[in-house]
Amino acid sequence: MAGTSSNSAATAARPQAPTVRRLAPLVIFALLALLPLASALGLPGHWLTLVTRAMIFAIAALSLDLILGIGGLVSFGHAAFIGIGAYGTGILITEGRTELLVALPVILLVCAVFAAITGYVSLRTRGVAFIMITLAFGQMAFYFAQALSAYGGDDGLTLYEKSTFFGREIFGNRTGFYYVALGTLAFCYWLARRIVSSRFGRVLRAARENAVRVTVTGYDVNHVRLGAYIISGMMAGLSGFLLANQTDFVSPAYMSWSRSGELIFMVVLGGVGSLYGAILGALAFLITEDVLSSLTQNWKVIFGPLIVLFVLFTHGGIAGIANKLRGRRDG
Amino acid sequence: MAEPALALKGLAKSFGALKVTNGVDLTIAPGELHALIGPNGAGKTTLVHQISGTLKPDSGAILFGGQDITRLPPQARARAGLARTFQITSTIASLSALENVALGVQAHSARPLSLFRDAAGDEALNAPAWEALEAVGLTERAHAPAGSLSHGEKRALEIAMALTLQPKLILLDEPLAGVGHEEGERLIALLNSLKGRFAMLLVEHDMSAVFALADRVTVLVYGGVIASGEPAAVRADPAVRQAYLGEEG
Repeated sequence: MAGTSSNSAATAARPQAPTVRRLAPLVIFALLALLPLASALGLPGHWLTLVTRAMIFAIAALSLDLILGIGGLVSFGHAAFIGIGAYGTGILITEGRTELLVALPVILLVCAVFAAITGYVSLRTRGVAFIMITLAFGQMAFYFAQALSAYGGDDGLTLYEKSTFFGREIFGNRTGFYYVALGTLAFCYWLARRIVSSRFGRVLRAARENAVRVTVTGYDVNHVRLGAYIISGMMAGLSGFLLANQTDFVSPAYMSWSRSGELIFMVVLGGVGSLYGAILGALAFLITEDVLSSLTQNWKVIFGPLIVLFVLFTHGGIAGIANKLRGRRDG
Repeated sequence: MAEPALALKGLAKSFGALKVTNGVDLTIAPGELHALIGPNGAGKTTLVHQISGTLKPDSGAILFGGQDITRLPPQARARAGLARTFQITSTIASLSALENVALGVQAHSARPLSLFRDAAGDEALNAPAWEALEAVGLTERAHAPAGSLSHGEKRALEIAMALTLQPKLILLDEPLAGVGHEEGERLIALLNSLKGRFAMLLVEHDMSAVFALADRVTVLVYGGVIASGEPAAVRADPAVRQAYLGEEG
C-alpha cells in the first residue's frame, strides 16, 4: 500500500509485539484437575459434586461472557439455552434415547435455531431494550417449559437414566463425571479463546467499542453479533445437557429470569470480558452460595450485599484482582 | 472525461424545518482532492454522513463511480472503496494501532470473518497493515493501544485505516481539527503525498491547508452550494468573501 519504502529497511524498523502470557487460566485448570486428588485424601465428596455443578455453570457463564464481555451485549435470557439443553436431554432420555451422540446434535441445533431467531429480533435493539427483549424471550421459553405437561410441566421432569456414549454409561461415576465436566469446560474455554483472537473475534471486540467505525470499515455489525449470539447459545446448551445429567432432573426453574440474572452476576463477579473470569465467577458464586446456605437459612441476606460490595470495590472482578496482583495493566 | 469518483445530484436532507442539505450538486473527478468549506453549521459533516451512508438523505442521488449508492448501507459502501475519517477521531481504543489498521485489511480479505485462526499473528493481514502505518509515519507506535496515541497520531491512524480499504474515495472530515501546528504540517504533507492515488473530499476549516491542497473547492452555506471551482476563483468570488472568508478578516 505504501509501496515506496524499501521493504527490508522498513521491516527492520518494525517493533516487536509485546508478548501476552496468560497464567491465570492454566492455574485454574491445573487446580481443578487436582481437586479429585484432594477428595481422595479426605475432602468431603460433597465438594466434588459442588465443583462439578460450578463447572457446569461456568460453561454457561463463559458462553455469556462471549456476548456480554466480548460483544458488549447484555443478554438477560441466557438461562433459556441451559433450559433447552436440559429439556432436550430430559425429553430424549424419557423417550428412551439416551445416546449422547443423538442428544448433543439435537440440542446444539435447537439452541442454534432458537438463538438465530431470538437474536435476529433482539439485535434490532440496543441497550436497555436489548436487555428487556432477551428477558422476554427467556420468559417465553420458561412458560413454554411450564406448559409441557407431557414432560412434567410445572413440576419438572425426573430422569431415571443418564445419557450414554456408544451405549455405555459414562456419567455414573462421580469422579468420572467431574472430569467430563472439566474437559467440556476446558474445551469451551479453548474454543472461546480461539474465537476471540480470530478475525471474527477482532471484529466483535471492535464493534463493542465503536460500532460506527466497524460499519464504515465494511462490516455488517449485526451479522457478526448474531454469529456470536448463536455460538454462545449453543455453548450454554452444552451446559444444560450436563446439568440434566448431573441432577437427574429438569425443571422450568432452570430457565427462570433469576437464573439468567445469576449468570450475569457470575460474569461480573469474575471480571467481564476475560473469559476465565467467568469461570472464577461461577466457582465463587456457587461455592459461596453453598457455604452460606449451610450456615444460615437467611443466607441470601448476606449473599446479596456481599456481591454488591465485591463488585463496587473490585473493579474488574476477580480477574481484575489477579491482574492487579501481577502489576499488569489490562491492554 | 472518465466516470466521476463521486457525483451528488440534488441531495437534500432536513432535520425538522431546518434544511441541512439543500439540493447539493457536487462532482469529484477520480484522483481529485476536493475541499468542502463553509462556516460552522453549514451542513458539511451532515453531507459527509450522507455520502458515507450513516445518514439517509430525504431526496436526491449519490453516484459512486457511476453506480447509484443512495440506498446502499454504509458497510457496502465501504466494501466498494468508499472510506472516511471522522471529525471526532474514531478508532478502536483498546486495539493496537496495528490491529486497527489490520481491521481494514481484513475487511477486504477473502475471509474477513474466519472463526478460529489467530488474527493478531496473521501476516496476510499484518503486512499490508504495516505498509499503511509506514505510509502515515506510525511504525514506532504500532503496538500502542489506539486510545493512548496523541490526537495527531490518531488522525494519522484514521488515514492509515482508510488506506487499507482499497479506497477510490476518502472522505476526510476535518482531519486537522485540534491538531497542533507541527503535527498539522505533517498531516498536510501526508495528504499531499497521497494526492492523485484516489479522490478525496476534504472538509476543513484551516484555509491555508485547503488552498495548499485542493484541486477544487466547494463552498457550502446553510446547506446549499454558493460557489464551486478552482481555489483561486473561489477565493475571488464576491459571494464567498461576503458569506464566509470575509468573516475571517
